[in-house]
Amino acid sequence: MIEVENLTKFYGSVPALSQVNFRVDQGEIVGFLGPNGAGKTTALRILTCFMPPTSGTARVAGLDCQLHSLEVRGKIGYLPENVPLYLDMTTQRFLAFAAAAKSVPRSRLPQELGRVMEICSITAVADRIIGHLSKGFRQRVGIAQALLNDPPILILDEPTIGLDPTQIIEIRSLIKELGKERTIILSSHILPEVSQICQRILIINKGQIVATDTAANLTAQLQQNLHVYLEVEGPKIEVTKKLATLAGVLDVKPADVAGTYLIETARGEDLRPLLARTVVEHGWQLRELKLQDLSLEDIFMQLVTDEESGEEQG
Amino acid sequence: MKGVYTVFRKELYRLFASPIFYVVAFIFLTLVGYFFYSSVAYYSLLSFQAGRDPFLSEQLNLADMVIEPFFGSISIVLLLMVPIITMRLFAEEKKTGTAELLFTYPISDRGAVLGKFGAAIAVLLLLLVGTLPAMILLEVLANPPWPVILGGYLGLFLMSSSFVSLGLFASSLTENQIIAAVTSFGALLLLWIIGWTESLVGPTLGGVLKYLSLLTHYDNFSKGILDSRDVIFYLLFILLFLFSTLRILESRQWRG
Repeated sequence: MIEVENLTKFYGSVPALSQVNFRVDQGEIVGFLGPNGAGKTTALRILTCFMPPTSGTARVAGLDCQLHSLEVRGKIGYLPENVPLYLDMTTQRFLAFAAAAKSVPRSRLPQELGRVMEICSITAVADRIIGHLSKGFRQRVGIAQALLNDPPILILDEPTIGLDPTQIIEIRSLIKELGKERTIILSSHILPEVSQICQRILIINKGQIVATDTAANLTAQLQQNLHVYLEVEGPKIEVTKKLATLAGVLDVKPADVAGTYLIETARGEDLRPLLARTVVEHGWQLRELKLQDLSLEDIFMQLVTDEESGEEQG
Repeated sequence: MKGVYTVFRKELYRLFASPIFYVVAFIFLTLVGYFFYSSVAYYSLLSFQAGRDPFLSEQLNLADMVIEPFFGSISIVLLLMVPIITMRLFAEEKKTGTAELLFTYPISDRGAVLGKFGAAIAVLLLLLVGTLPAMILLEVLANPPWPVILGGYLGLFLMSSSFVSLGLFASSLTENQIIAAVTSFGALLLLWIIGWTESLVGPTLGGVLKYLSLLTHYDNFSKGILDSRDVIFYLLFILLFLFSTLRILESRQWRG
């Protein structure tokens, strides 16, 4: 559905994207994940034909974004970052304009407006001026305009930013619901969000795609070593020294609170019984012992920092 | 050309939804009303004196003493007001980010430019129609020469459409509305008075500058003379700046 080849974009001499390749198949929900300034918005803007790439091609439904701009735009529903809306128009008026812009025939206009307002539950604010609406409602108006004329592809740039937790949950379930019959690309720098909603994640950093896979696979792939969290009451230096000498233990680091340790062990071996025994044998008090799964945050940090240190060396 | 009507309707709605239009219309009509009153009052004063002076009464006529100065003052007020109407057209969209929305809808750039231009022209027409009651009053009081009035209106319309075209262009250059207004006002004023330097720069260059002046081409209209050269000058002026606006919008395609 979406194919991107060697996409490069420079802002002046600053590269925002360099040699990016990815594909999104029909019906997929794909999350763009990356720190601020990683190039997420730039990539989405190129896909929506708002700006052209410096080099490389982006194709949507087989059509080149630069050569068939109008056709491509007709297939995409886009929610730009920060949800820009005409704040002096009423919801209804604005949506009517957006529908007309997307060539919804006049005869179908009322049903179409009714449909998207229903989906986004904004029927109650149809006659209110958008500028007077809360952030949550504006976000929904933004999503509603993207849904007009039922585009097969939705591109949502940070759809949940600035919302309160209830609204976030609502918007997420809305996106999941919409994703049942559409291709969706969304960008975010909130990891749990992406791992919850998306089937596939593209991690992008400094204009390059550093990883692409499902959340589960990413975790498995990058979690070469297991981490064990240990809380012990005992002399810190001795404990650290003793634990580090155990077979299979790669590294012992003090964790956030005093008396807690994060122990890195080789994968495939469960060292918990051995650790427990060692602690008890030395007469220390064992408070807590648990396996710690690397969260997506950790993976993300790992990828992003790897990249950075690699660059410094180069 | 896709989306001209859609953008036109949206712009018109937004122009009327904002207070700018009402403020501009109020001030414009107040000033125009004042100018009309003063020129009519002055004319009637002269008419009284002319009652005893047959030589003076021969020179008195409505076209020269009421209609021409009236249209002249309208054109100056429009010079001030048009940049205020046009300043937001693109600048605001860029500032608030709605440009991203507008240019990712399946609307061509040409459609957006013409739609916005059309909306500003519609507002302009409405302002000009607002001055018609003055002419009707004149018809009731006296016997004004309608060809001169119609010529004056046509000239005003063409000239202020040129203002709109340049204002739209200035608005596409920046995301700051004040800068857009100041730029277009400055450029319009310069093009307005550029012909006055004739005596300083010599007859050749002076003639060229005079021909470029927006005011020179209006003179004929205000006398009731319809010269195709003037009509074509204004139309070309409008086209030039609409075209430039389009190029500026397209420049986002190749600017880094």
